[in-house]
Amino acid sequence: MRLHSAEVVDTFAEAFTMWGARIVVTAETPGWAAHAARSLTGFATSVIGCKCEAGIERELDPGETPDGRPGVSALLFAPDSEGLGKRLVERVGQTVLTCPTTACFNGLAAHDEVDVGGQLRFFGDGWQASKVLAGRRYWRIPVMEGEFLVEERFGIVKGVGGGNLIILAADAAAALRAAEAAAGAMRAVEGAILPFPGGIARSGSKVGSRYQALIASTNHVLCPTLRAQTDDSEVPDGVGSVLEIVIDGLAPDPVREAMRLGLEAAARSGALRITAGNYGGSLGKHHFHLRELVS
Amino acid sequence: MTLTLTLRETPAAPIDAEVLCPDRVAGLSRAEIERLELWHGNRRTALGELFAVSGAGAQDVRVEGDLARVARLGAGMTGGRLALAGGAGPHAGAGMGDGELIVEGDAGDWTGADMRGGRLVVRGSVGRMVGGAYVGARAGMRGGEILVHGDAGDEAGAGLRRGLIAVAGRVGQAAGLRALAGTIVALGSLGAHPGAGMRRASIVAMTSATPLPTYARACTYRPPFLRLCLRRLRALGLPVTDEQIEGRYIRWSGDGLELGRAEILILERPQ
Repeated sequence: MRLHSAEVVDTFAEAFTMWGARIVVTAETPGWAAHAARSLTGFATSVIGCKCEAGIERELDPGETPDGRPGVSALLFAPDSEGLGKRLVERVGQTVLTCPTTACFNGLAAHDEVDVGGQLRFFGDGWQASKVLAGRRYWRIPVMEGEFLVEERFGIVKGVGGGNLIILAADAAAALRAAEAAAGAMRAVEGAILPFPGGIARSGSKVGSRYQALIASTNHVLCPTLRAQTDDSEVPDGVGSVLEIVIDGLAPDPVREAMRLGLEAAARSGALRITAGNYGGSLGKHHFHLRELVS
Repeated sequence: MTLTLTLRETPAAPIDAEVLCPDRVAGLSRAEIERLELWHGNRRTALGELFAVSGAGAQDVRVEGDLARVARLGAGMTGGRLALAGGAGPHAGAGMGDGELIVEGDAGDWTGADMRGGRLVVRGSVGRMVGGAYVGARAGMRGGEILVHGDAGDEAGAGLRRGLIAVAGRVGQAAGLRALAGTIVALGSLGAHPGAGMRRASIVAMTSATPLPTYARACTYRPPFLRLCLRRLRALGLPVTDEQIEGRYIRWSGDGLELGRAEILILERPQ
């Protein structure tokens, strides 16, 4: 298939069910909300090494937040609900609670919930207090700066982790240009995040390794430098660099929409070929066929 | 559809109208509603003798007439919407568990006493012990919201255990007496001896107030929870200003004769 100047491979991205949560962080200024959100979503590129995947969904105007202050919404994903609860407690506790002027709220109305503020309250060492407002419980935790406010329970849903696009281009600059255009377009989709730095990964991985201790290793078939050394290289002649964009979403539709926008933007911005990663379709529940995204 | 009950004439003796709430009339025909019995003084009287019944439905009930001598309207209601066009006597909404009770005039003493949930809105003023605890009970209101657009009498929120009481006008003496938890917001003036014997509850005052000597001044700050609370009250129609939402509050901790975990937050005024 061709889309603008790019060849689109007739394949699919294979993604997995992951549990997701939306965290709303507010602060006195947009800057402090951003500090907290960046820290909250830091070191969360892949469950392989980080136990969770996270990213900033978007900035929030004061009119959109529970306390009327500037804020940021972030999404966090983990393979199971129990793990998601633990990651939320760890990350909100270490990065939002500690950040000046912030408060932290659940951003997802969902049937399933995990206890976050109810765990973090113990930091108050007995001086914590709770308030119930409109049926939701909030914990007030005294801190040296003043008081940290955190909602007790956060909604969680079964989402999608691992939607992806793989962008092949003539050289590193061209690949980056196409990937940046794609990531920029994909960030407009609510309910989806791109967990890698700047939304882009240069080190796509394959399952397994020749070293037994590793569960994943470099995706050698798409490494341009190995093209002449391997029999199974998938790097075509004329391609000098490959980048990947991974997408996690609260539901399949945001992932699909983000992939569609990314595909279009990358194809318009210098990508020679666009493909997607899968494991033959037998592992992940969610299959996003590029053919359906092009038409 | 709204079921409307109109008081035929001002009663000579008080009426106990606990049966007049949406969940008690649900599924009943008009004739069955008219046959419901309520206390009129010391006599059991058919509802139809005291109220004219019109309309239909159970989730939206309206009671009209001079209801100052009609007690326990909406008491124990667990759902639906009950509007009282002519004010309410004592104990309106007492023990209510859910739903919405709107009093379009004044309400008497013990309004919302022992309330468990739902929302009680009084467009006028309320008497003593709004959201309070009945004699002999340790705890009063245990949940829900009481919004008073006028004034509130003495001992508002006495024994409050959970929930929110907000008063647009003046709040009488001893607000939050022996309150265990929950929040009382006084948008107007606050009477003497607020928070006496309070354990964990919060009283918020927008005008100058003098805490008891058993309270100690802690600091001046912007309580994050208060922003949520005040924004909600404004959304529900109470006259909350930007200055109150954005303002700094002096925190007084007490009562030193009790647990000492309660607070009185007083809006800091510009010097």
